[in-house]
Amino acid sequence: MTALLEAEQLTVGYGAAPVLHSVDLTVAQGSITAVLGANGAGKTTLLRTLSGLLRPATGRVVLDGQDLRGVKVEQMVRRGVAHVPEGRGVVTELTVDENLRLGGLWRRDRVDAKRALDEVYDLFEPLARRRRFPGHQLSGGERQMLALGRALVGRPRLLLLDEPSLGLAPKVTAQIMGLLRTLRDRTGLTVLLVEQNVRSALSVADTGIVMSLGRVVANADAATLRDDEDMRHAYLGF
Amino acid sequence: MDRFVFLTFDGLSRGAVYAAFALALVLIWRATRIVNFAQGAMAVATAYVGYSVSAATGSYWLGFAVAVLGGLLLGAVTERVVMRLVDHSSHLNGVVVALGLVLVIQGVLGMIYGNEFRPAEAPFSREAFTVGGIALLSRFDLFVFGAVFLVVALLVVLFTRTSVGLRMRASAFAPDVSRLLGVNVGGMLTLGWALAAAVGSLAGMLVLPTELGLHPNAMDIVFVSSFTAAVVGGLDSAVGAVAGGLIVGLLLSYVSGYLGATVAPIAVLLLLVVVLLGRPGGLFSRSAARAV
Ligand SMILES: Nc1ncnc2c1ncn2[C@@H]1O[C@H](COP(=O)(O)OP(=O)(O)OP(=O)(O)O)[C@@H](O)[C@H]1O
Ligand SMILES: [Mg+2]
Repeated sequence: MTALLEAEQLTVGYGAAPVLHSVDLTVAQGSITAVLGANGAGKTTLLRTLSGLLRPATGRVVLDGQDLRGVKVEQMVRRGVAHVPEGRGVVTELTVDENLRLGGLWRRDRVDAKRALDEVYDLFEPLARRRRFPGHQLSGGERQMLALGRALVGRPRLLLLDEPSLGLAPKVTAQIMGLLRTLRDRTGLTVLLVEQNVRSALSVADTGIVMSLGRVVANADAATLRDDEDMRHAYLGF
Repeated sequence: MDRFVFLTFDGLSRGAVYAAFALALVLIWRATRIVNFAQGAMAVATAYVGYSVSAATGSYWLGFAVAVLGGLLLGAVTERVVMRLVDHSSHLNGVVVALGLVLVIQGVLGMIYGNEFRPAEAPFSREAFTVGGIALLSRFDLFVFGAVFLVVALLVVLFTRTSVGLRMRASAFAPDVSRLLGVNVGGMLTLGWALAAAVGSLAGMLVLPTELGLHPNAMDIVFVSSFTAAVVGGLDSAVGAVAGGLIVGLLLSYVSGYLGATVAPIAVLLLLVVVLLGRPGGLFSRSAARAV
């Protein structure tokens, strides 16, 4: 297994006190990694650091052998990193079509950008029927499809997903999880999946990490985590 | 009746300028949530430079172009050098800095050009055509309408039909998301300030020949009228700014025509207060557009 993403000794905070403490993380190329943990554990903070929105006080992030220190946020997408942020990724004032086009504007290959956009419309039927709707008229599930679809227009290598199942019906959640699997198998996409819905995350993930109070407290196969009762009781609550 | 027709055309012509100036305020408000109180002073500064170039070269149009391009440059520099350094945790900071900028620009202009009024010539006759004995519009009025129409049309095309426009709107609404999608948000901000200041400078060149002329404070009243227009339109709405500009222009024209010029500024302030009390979101606000 080769590592696509490595985080070394990340310490990150919003003010004086750090929120993440010396976090180490390795994500294998073509894997799906679930990031689990209670509210406030630091999952979102971790993703924001990996995509460059937050600068670590110490430590570094390495993508495909390249140190990302000093790389601007707006350059990350050009390196193949797509971050779908928690909850409000859709620009609600823009239409569905504008949101999707925004995902491919940075690309030089206009032909493939257009093709990727069409693929997203094929993938998400409801979006194709609402191309001219402003984002604020979409349902929660449609917004999640839009945010995810917009990331896919950029044909990322690494997808950082922050709670994609938030507020979605179990059926839609299952569809999204299935889609991640398919993308991984077909295109070699690597996924870092933050989830409160532990069962569905572990059903699709290859490995999982468990965070608590800004530290990684477990790092194991998805199957191992599923079967580890003590771990589930202590950190995952089921 | 004749008088009413004349005042209506006059009001629309003034209103067109207020509309352009209000549009410039809205551009910056949408991108930064700052009312650029320095916009009047910036427009005067570029007008001084433009008229200096006209005087030196004998070409009005060269000076006109220099004024508008100068606005572009001044806007970009203002964002890069001044506004970018402002602590954005409170919107008040930006406003205070803009007000400081007014004092600086007006002071510098006073030092260089003096505090007397200087003539600001118009490129076309300001003599109104008469139709059936009623004075309607001058060539200059037609020029004003044409220029404002062109600018509004260009901005509409830019924002709704081009990818740069899409980037600019996305940056204004959701900066973090836009950066994650590879948009150079800082660059869009600079471009927004540049465009807004250029539109402001254009409005200045259109309005100064109809006022007393060039003076460091020459745009103060225009600013108040245009700010009122922008608020009437809802500050967030480009369509609202244009409509607000025309409304304020007509109001000013009728009030000065029927009640006297001294009452006009009071009427504008009254309108501002009424709108702020009655419909603080402006006449064109869509409620709850930004539901999350
Ligand atoms: N903008 C911020 N400013 C200051 N502190 C913050 C900020 N965002 C998060 N924190 C703090 O950082 C800690 C971790 O927050 P984070 O959002 O990373 O948790 P999370 O694991 O994503 O939680 P959730 O499951 O609720 O989304 C929390 O204690 C939170 O209070
Ligand atoms: Mg979170």
